Amino acid sequence: MARSDVQLMLDVKAGDDASFDFLLQKYRSPLVNFLYRMVRDTATAEDLAQEVFLRVYRARKQYSPSAKFTTWLFRIATNLALNSVRDNRYQRMGISLDAPADGEDSAPRELPAREMRIDEHMIERDRTEVIRRAIASLPEKQRAAVLLHKYEEMDYGEIAGILDCSEGALKSLLFRAYETLRVQLAPLVAQPVAHRAGEGRPS
Amino acid sequence: MKCEEVEKGLVAYLDRRANSAERRDVEEHLAGCAACRTRAEEFRKVWSVLEEMPTVEPSFGFDARMRQRVAAEPQRGWFDWFVPQSRLAFSAALLVALTVWIAKLPPSNPGTPGTTTATQQQDFNAIQNLGVLENFDVVTKMDALSDLAPAGAQQPDKSQPNDTTTND
Repeated sequence: MARSDVQLMLDVKAGDDASFDFLLQKYRSPLVNFLYRMVRDTATAEDLAQEVFLRVYRARKQYSPSAKFTTWLFRIATNLALNSVRDNRYQRMGISLDAPADGEDSAPRELPAREMRIDEHMIERDRTEVIRRAIASLPEKQRAAVLLHKYEEMDYGEIAGILDCSEGALKSLLFRAYETLRVQLAPLVAQPVAHRAGEGRPS
Repeated sequence: MKCEEVEKGLVAYLDRRANSAERRDVEEHLAGCAACRTRAEEFRKVWSVLEEMPTVEPSFGFDARMRQRVAAEPQRGWFDWFVPQSRLAFSAALLVALTVWIAKLPPSNPGTPGTTTATQQQDFNAIQNLGVLENFDVVTKMDALSDLAPAGAQQPDKSQPNDTTTND
């Protein structure tokens, strides 16, 4: 029977480093994705993810299962990401809003859903960039709420715990965030990807 | 229900996490509000667009780097049982330092080193023979305490007049 995250963490507390490795394998990808979408830089996202795991490891002796492990994990991640975004705000203010957030060197290693033609790939890259910028344009807390809600599929109680707000406040936060995205992504909504819809492709 | 009131319930309604009462309220509102109906439909489409975001994978060296950093962490030993937290350790160290400092404080009237026991015995004899302790009236007047010979000091000069006792 698979051990729960809490049990794994209690085993880490008891000195079992293999359990920590198990947690690392389980959460490194969701964490790096979440952090990448928060800070928009793969190198920074990886550094932050490492810092999150290191903090978890350092706190193992004091760990007590008072909340879900993921709530604790993503709370650390969110706080680190928010601090990182705030620290870099002044630096980013000097960059043109039209410039891509990442340099070519730090382009993420994205996983293509399938082999695409060049024109499809370009269209998809453009759409991805629009989505990425729309998410990045949200205020930090709204951004974190959307990422945890949409991509991590957490329930409201857990997200509220991570963001340290009430469920009611969270629901308003999410509404405002999706309202902004509704406006910003309207062109993409109006033009769905052809190959996804199965239309407009020569056979 | 007004449009502003739907705000809190709309997202939970659309992702099917609203309870039955919330769902009923939103459904009733949407049935009579074309604007909110359109908004709800567009929210669904936005969620579909957001799913186009590709996932990123950690770099190949991520795990190795992480294990290296964990291995570099100081391993804790048996003494952790005594020092569960650094703050507690700091407090304990501070307490020990304070105790040592107080213990090393010179007495208010230091005697010659090596004569402490003799001085204490001398004081004890002096206190034992003090008739003043049996006199309650004198004790209530704190000035009488000035009669007490300070530890290690010279014996009170019998030739000096004693203000407190002579006044009684």
